[in-house]
Amino acid sequence: MSEIKQTFNSSLGKKLIMALTGLFLCTFIIVHLGGNLLLFSNDNGFGFNVYANFLTHFPPIEVIAYLLYLSILVHALYAIILTVKNRKARPVGYAVAQKSDATWSSKNMGLLGSILFLFIVIHMSDFWFSYHNDKTMGFKEYRTDLKTGVTTDVDYNPGYAEFNKSVSVVNDVEIVRVKDLHARVVRSFSSLWYVIFYVIAMGALSFHLLHGFQSAFRTLGWVHRKYTPVVYAVGTWFFAVIIPLAFAAMPVYYFFMHRG
Amino acid sequence: MSLDAKIPQGPLAEKWSKHKFDLKLVNPANKRKYDIIIVGTGLAGASAAASLAELGYNVKSFCFQDSPRRAHSIAAQGGINAAKNYQNDGDSVYRLFYDTIKGGDYRAREGNVYRLAEVSVNIIDQCVAQGVPFAREYGGLLDNRSFGGSQVSRTFYARGQTGQQLLLGAYSALNRQIHAGKVKMYTRTEMLDVVTIDGHAKGIVTRNMITGAIETHAGHSVLLCTGGYSNVFYLSTNAIGSNVTAAWRAHKRGAFFGNPCYTQIHPTCIPVSGDHQSKLTLMSESLRNDGRVWAPKTVEIAEQLRKGTIKADQVKEDDRDYFLERKYPAFGNLVPRDVASRNAKEMIEEGKGVGGSGFAVFLDFADAIKRLGEETVKAKYGNLFDMYIQITDENPYKQPMRIYPAVHYTMGGLWVDYNLSTNVPGLYALGECNFSDHGANRLGASALMQGLSDGYFVIPYTLGDYLAKIGPKKVDISHPAFEKTKQDVITYINKLLALKGNKTVNEYHRDLGHIMWEYCGMARTEEGLKKAKGLIQALKVDFWKNAIVTGENEEVNASLERAGRIADFIELGELMVDDALMRRESCGGHFRVESQTADGEALRDDENFAFVAAWEFKGENQPEVLHKEALVFESVHLSQRNYA
Amino acid sequence: MSNGNMNLTLKVWRQKNAQTSGKFVTYKAESISPDMSFLEMLDVVNESLTHKGDEPINFDHDCREGICGMCSLYINGHPHGPKRGVTTCQLHMRTFHDGETITIEPWRASAFPVVKDLAVDRSAFDRIQQAGGYVSVNTGGVPDGNAIAIPKVIADEAFNSATCIGCGACVAACKNASAMLFVGAKITQLGLLPQGQPERYRRAQSMVAQMDEEGFGSCTNTGACEAECPKEIKLTNIARMNNDFFSAKLFREEEIHEDKH
Repeated sequence: MSEIKQTFNSSLGKKLIMALTGLFLCTFIIVHLGGNLLLFSNDNGFGFNVYANFLTHFPPIEVIAYLLYLSILVHALYAIILTVKNRKARPVGYAVAQKSDATWSSKNMGLLGSILFLFIVIHMSDFWFSYHNDKTMGFKEYRTDLKTGVTTDVDYNPGYAEFNKSVSVVNDVEIVRVKDLHARVVRSFSSLWYVIFYVIAMGALSFHLLHGFQSAFRTLGWVHRKYTPVVYAVGTWFFAVIIPLAFAAMPVYYFFMHRG
Repeated sequence: MSLDAKIPQGPLAEKWSKHKFDLKLVNPANKRKYDIIIVGTGLAGASAAASLAELGYNVKSFCFQDSPRRAHSIAAQGGINAAKNYQNDGDSVYRLFYDTIKGGDYRAREGNVYRLAEVSVNIIDQCVAQGVPFAREYGGLLDNRSFGGSQVSRTFYARGQTGQQLLLGAYSALNRQIHAGKVKMYTRTEMLDVVTIDGHAKGIVTRNMITGAIETHAGHSVLLCTGGYSNVFYLSTNAIGSNVTAAWRAHKRGAFFGNPCYTQIHPTCIPVSGDHQSKLTLMSESLRNDGRVWAPKTVEIAEQLRKGTIKADQVKEDDRDYFLERKYPAFGNLVPRDVASRNAKEMIEEGKGVGGSGFAVFLDFADAIKRLGEETVKAKYGNLFDMYIQITDENPYKQPMRIYPAVHYTMGGLWVDYNLSTNVPGLYALGECNFSDHGANRLGASALMQGLSDGYFVIPYTLGDYLAKIGPKKVDISHPAFEKTKQDVITYINKLLALKGNKTVNEYHRDLGHIMWEYCGMARTEEGLKKAKGLIQALKVDFWKNAIVTGENEEVNASLERAGRIADFIELGELMVDDALMRRESCGGHFRVESQTADGEALRDDENFAFVAAWEFKGENQPEVLHKEALVFESVHLSQRNYA
Repeated sequence: MSNGNMNLTLKVWRQKNAQTSGKFVTYKAESISPDMSFLEMLDVVNESLTHKGDEPINFDHDCREGICGMCSLYINGHPHGPKRGVTTCQLHMRTFHDGETITIEPWRASAFPVVKDLAVDRSAFDRIQQAGGYVSVNTGGVPDGNAIAIPKVIADEAFNSATCIGCGACVAACKNASAMLFVGAKITQLGLLPQGQPERYRRAQSMVAQMDEEGFGSCTNTGACEAECPKEIKLTNIARMNNDFFSAKLFREEEIHEDKH
């Protein structure tokens, strides 16, 4: 056991923790984006609300969710520990700022990470925390005519606090009653400042992953003349361009679509 | 005092084997009772320290740099010879021996040189085992290239950084012993004197270059591995810190100085660009594998090249004189260094020098690039070309390099016998610090060979013999000789620190360099040498009156360090001149104008000068006394060297 | 003594020793030739200081041909100055222009304390090498040099790592003062070669442990070290070190056996 402890106490071990938690968060982001794409389906939040309910009530996912929160905290905590150690490694700074050729993102991971952490706190308190604790959050009832496939929705009041979801089929009409997180999304993204904050945060995400994704591979020691270019391409185009753009598109889309 | 080189009797090829058997051994359990002091951490010093520590001796290792890895062996470029005959081109131990003896113009000992050739093969094996990344062929086996003075391909190399790789190998072996606690390493520590008790070397006095503390260290023997003294010329290819101080102070304590005037002038260095220049940079001899040396055929064309009205590549083939290929068709551009240097000098004296100053000839790669392609040339010599571009701001892929001879190596050094022992018992000299194996001229890729041979494969055997004889009784550091020597050093330092004149130490050094280069450089005359002697004596007097030494002892003080080294160089310079004056023959790196053949080649005088000159110090400002060790040749026939 | 046409202003860090604090002092460097190396320019300044009876600027230097690794200097925000792939001793004044102000600082890292002025103590590097940067073979008794064939690409790659001169520019350039390029280079060189295999994992562990003990920072893969390395040693060396270290720690059953006597 002491061997393992020693490993993670070493400078390389701490970096390993950063890399592993970072990559885990990267995979989460893919899943999160996949689900959130339901926001773009024009169904008045039907798909999205069902998805949100699934995420919060399917036990295996709940376990993974806690792993995820832990990862975020550990990633941030070790970032702080490493930063403090790195600062100590150079107690007297240079009079002339370092001009060495290194990417902007790689030199500002701490700043970018801090923005992201702030974002995660706000984002989770607005959606995750509200979803769980906000008693004022309403419910929706979606009625789908199984013959025509047409869905209509109305507000629904379950009448008791423990209700989370019900599905029933009556006369070829599927009735789904579920918490209406979508309404909160619409409300939040109607604020211009909120949208701007989200877009900035996604910019930070882009630069954070631009460096972070490939850096994690380097930390793990997975470099290879043939595959490292693939890692770079995925890190750049998928994680630093497509994902942040898709996320950022959501608040922007809602801001313009639901302005009234 | 008679000089006994202690060369074993018997046939040449059996001398070393027989000698190894005859040497006394130290019992393994007793080895840890011996303390060995090793000064210098270059190839010789690091390899000796590692090997002796591996055997079980306690080693104290000293270097003046901040790390043992900085020793100037690191700058050796081209390669290391070994009689492996991997190329199947007719090489053998005997051929390496023969080439080296002949290359040294028959002024080295047969026994030493044969041993050197013999252990050369072990050196390669040792370095490979340490992880030295020698150049390899596609089949995975070791690659070779050719060097001057031989017609076989026996030089092992690691791009243009062979010295670096070999030194880092020895450094790693040294590190292993430091880690094991068998070597105690003292960095930024300069040796300033040798302590002798009853005629035996028993310790040294050092200065801690950070605190200024003067300390004494006791040991059963002292090994000096402190390199050569090319910096006596001010401009040389040596590191700025390379100095003669350790060897010189040992000389003043009784160790004889062998052949001080034997200096190697390397033909392919980057020419001097101005007075500001602090050192010269070598372009490896390996470049002469593919580069062709030439000068313009006429003075007129040379004039145009000097003025810059035409460029080198505009000179027609017919107007070029590939003078080495012309005069020495058998060896071509790969003649030994002394021959190449002298010929370049001749060209320049005829007014055919090129470059702004006129002090250069060309080393041209156009043919090689045409034949092999730029990529191949780059792979072979890339780092050298880059270095050339850095320094000159010219591109050797497009225009030929300009080269000029520069002082590179000193074959002379402390006199040692076959066991590498100086005439002071217990005091040994290894590597370039001794005079032993290269005669009057060293062949390329032989310095690394000698340094490692001495350290890895000679001293571990020969030192044991001495130690076994003196016994393991601890050296008493409270013996008054230690305190006395320490006080001498302190007095000397205070004398230096009291110098508050008007001329910097560096200026004295430059003046000394001018004198040495002018009168004791590539060509020497009796008249010039006599003049030089007077000039150096005057310079010495002036130094001790008008030099400026700043600061104090109890701090980092580069000014003080330098002053001590330059003072020693001035004294050495005078001895070199004495030696050159005495040797009224031409041989190898020592070319006496009075002694040449009809076609201007060096003319040896075997009848009168087939000896090693060993000089004995007799006191400040006293003439040194010459001792002669006759050179006996049993296997090779002395002949005029012929590379045509 | 100098006959050039450049005049420069130097802001130089002066510090008497490790125990005292230092400060910048401004000097004029006059009549500098563009053909001078940076160190030769400092020589000129030092000569004039000496003539005035002032103490010359102390800096480390030795071979002056870019291979010993002794010279350092953090010049205008770059270790070894603004030109890539060269040491300070090979940096020529033609890289600068007349009238320029040049700020010269020592390497900054807690593991590299200042010795005096611009010279720092890099013995931490030696201690890391002593911890395991070698193949444990004694002199003699080794196989023939050609007994093991090593593919040319492997030998060349090992050579590329072996060219490290131990100057410390990687530490100086790194925003975290990390020494991982230096350490990675040796681990990579010996890890690639067959000779280094028997101690490969042990070496990675002991060298990393010593590196941590010396107080260097951690790598964040910014690549500043690679950009500033005068021998252009690649960042890949760090990844190789990581790989060997994690393999050793997490997947091998061996441990470091200390052989200190």
